Amino acid sequence: MDGFRIPIGSWIESGVDWIKQNLDGLLDVISFVVTFLVDGLTSLLLLPYFFVVIAIAALIAWLVRSWQLAIGTIISFTLIVAMGLWVPAMQTLALVLVAAVIAVLIAVPLGIWSARNATVRAVLKPVLDFMQTMPAFVYLIPAIVFFSIGVVPGLVATVIFALPPGVRLTELGIRGVDSETVEAGQAFGAKPGQILRGIQLPLAMPTILAGINQVIMLALSMAVIAGMAGADGLGKMVVEAISTVNIAKGVEAGLGVVLIAVFLDRVTAALGTLGQNPASLLAVIRRRGAQRQASAASASAPSTQAPVEEKELQNA
Amino acid sequence: MSEIALEARNLYKVFGKNPNTAVRRLKAGESRAAVADAGTAAVIDASFTVNRGEIFVIMGLSGSGKSTIIRMLNGLHDVTDGTVTVNGDPITGIPSSKLRDIRRDRISMVFQHFALLPHRSVAANVAYPLELKGVPKAERLAKAEEILSLVGLEGQGEKLPSELSGGMQQRVGIARALAADSDILLMDEAFSALDPLIRREMQEQLLELQQKLQKTIVFITHDLNEAMFLGDRIAVMRDGRIVQIGTPEDILMDPANDYVEQFVQDVDRARVLTAANVMERPRPVVPHTAGPRTALRQMRDAYMSATYVVGRDRQLVGVVTDRDAVKLVRNGATTLDSIIKPVLQSVREDDVLMNLFVPAVESPVPLAVTDADGRLVGVIPRVTLLAALGPGPGSTEEITLPLMPMPQAEIDAVLDDGWTADPADAPTTEEVR
Repeated sequence: MDGFRIPIGSWIESGVDWIKQNLDGLLDVISFVVTFLVDGLTSLLLLPYFFVVIAIAALIAWLVRSWQLAIGTIISFTLIVAMGLWVPAMQTLALVLVAAVIAVLIAVPLGIWSARNATVRAVLKPVLDFMQTMPAFVYLIPAIVFFSIGVVPGLVATVIFALPPGVRLTELGIRGVDSETVEAGQAFGAKPGQILRGIQLPLAMPTILAGINQVIMLALSMAVIAGMAGADGLGKMVVEAISTVNIAKGVEAGLGVVLIAVFLDRVTAALGTLGQNPASLLAVIRRRGAQRQASAASASAPSTQAPVEEKELQNA
Repeated sequence: MSEIALEARNLYKVFGKNPNTAVRRLKAGESRAAVADAGTAAVIDASFTVNRGEIFVIMGLSGSGKSTIIRMLNGLHDVTDGTVTVNGDPITGIPSSKLRDIRRDRISMVFQHFALLPHRSVAANVAYPLELKGVPKAERLAKAEEILSLVGLEGQGEKLPSELSGGMQQRVGIARALAADSDILLMDEAFSALDPLIRREMQEQLLELQQKLQKTIVFITHDLNEAMFLGDRIAVMRDGRIVQIGTPEDILMDPANDYVEQFVQDVDRARVLTAANVMERPRPVVPHTAGPRTALRQMRDAYMSATYVVGRDRQLVGVVTDRDAVKLVRNGATTLDSIIKPVLQSVREDDVLMNLFVPAVESPVPLAVTDADGRLVGVIPRVTLLAALGPGPGSTEEITLPLMPMPQAEIDAVLDDGWTADPADAPTTEEVR
């Protein structure tokens, strides 16, 4: 066995070097855009008084789910403030949101493409497996080479790591749409684009949103690793706590990640079942509107339409 | 416009690795199982025509290729070999944009599991084909409402499909197909997912609609009773091949092979066969102008106790019995007029057997069958009616007459003789005592 060695690592390294030398312009552009987005969002989240952000977050929670979640949001965000973690928490939130948006923008079209094309599916499957099982730290090394220390390599690693479930669940959702329903679209002469927009995407939406939820959760779990690459936020605090064996700091930072995770998970999960949450503010507003309409209708023509319409909306 | 709305000629469909090789070998006479290595032959050499305004049923068990055939008629499946023409225009081997135009304007489809869009309201589902045609929103929703009332769903347009029962959902499916305003309707096991009572109701409603709209319908089913009830003509499929095409009566009375015969064994014949299928030549029939002697002689020759009397053009006038005729002859009358009784029970040629039982029971003579103009075209004795329900084509041809009782006088003579005594005052009973 002596002397038998395939230098895969060195090959990749020289590939990375080549990219670094020849695609420097592109890397700079990526770096600039990402930094701009994350910094912009961070300063936006930190700009007003913190309770404005808390109020907005609570309102979103109420809008899509229930007032209980809104209260939970207020409590957990206040706890973050109380632990003195507001600034790093918002930095992490900004990083996660930007990473998730980028991952979704890449994952959903890829998922659609692989649902419609067997070759793409065959190629993509091992690539996704690779991306998901490769230890996430490994992505950091070339990312740091490309973008140097800071928020950008952390974000790039996060996007790569969080991408696969988005692609997989989008593909699964679209391929899971009842084939007879798709045939119905074809039988009435719909173009492929019309079938995608009018039938496949709407029917696959719950699965796609579950995928997006997974993307966000994975992105958050990468926040700590992003901290290793020098991105500011809760991750960086965790890394610092490890290197100084500071239990208090570590637990607090970890708790901050958990609280943000719970908020993001509940809100995005509720997005997937939007309209089926009777306690959500959206449903309440729509019910009110329907009732007003119904009472106006029954004023002109007395009928028992109101309960029917109400039931309809709950099922909508 | 020609009478033929849809024509399929030598259709082949093979799924698998080498469809063209498989077709070549099938054409050379190899069996379906022999070409299994090259691909699965779903449809083999299927040819048929569908006439304008008829309901053409393709019937077969699952796996017989019927669903594949119907999907080739609108290009959802490409044909491996053969041609399909719609109103004379081929739809095989044309670019997909042209195929889409044909689907949009000429052929619509109803699906087994309804295939409604669950996120759209009922009205929006019905309006979907119009939306694809580019009809403005207000116009297409108005049209949808109109068609919904046609299928008995007025006022349900705002609901979601999931709020309707299965039968109602399939009505939406039919309404959607009708909204496309195409001449040809493909119905893929449209009623198979419904429970039996609703299915029956839907079948009747479909026939009603068809009477109004006169579409050309290709209906797929695995239920022979449904096929017999709906079909003007039926194609029976087995293992990818069409084994027989004919009217329901053809298939029932004259099955092309053992397979079809086995299949039709389970059919409710009473609902398919009509009076015309089983009736016999009326015998005897006495013209109105004949005298009682002629009538009596004819009844005697035919061993019948009564006979139908027909007027000019074989119009059914009434019935006379031998007893009345005997009296007339004794009285020396020359016309039958005084003894003709009205026919209480007569049936029409196209009544199904189901509706003949009660009249047959109530009629003292073999049931009279008349055509649309009231002419006597045949009679149905009760035995014939019973025999027609049994399987096999020959069952209505030969009738064994019930054993005639011996003439009464002969029996009386035997009883009065000393051999045996009347049980009422038999001496044996006294002796025993």
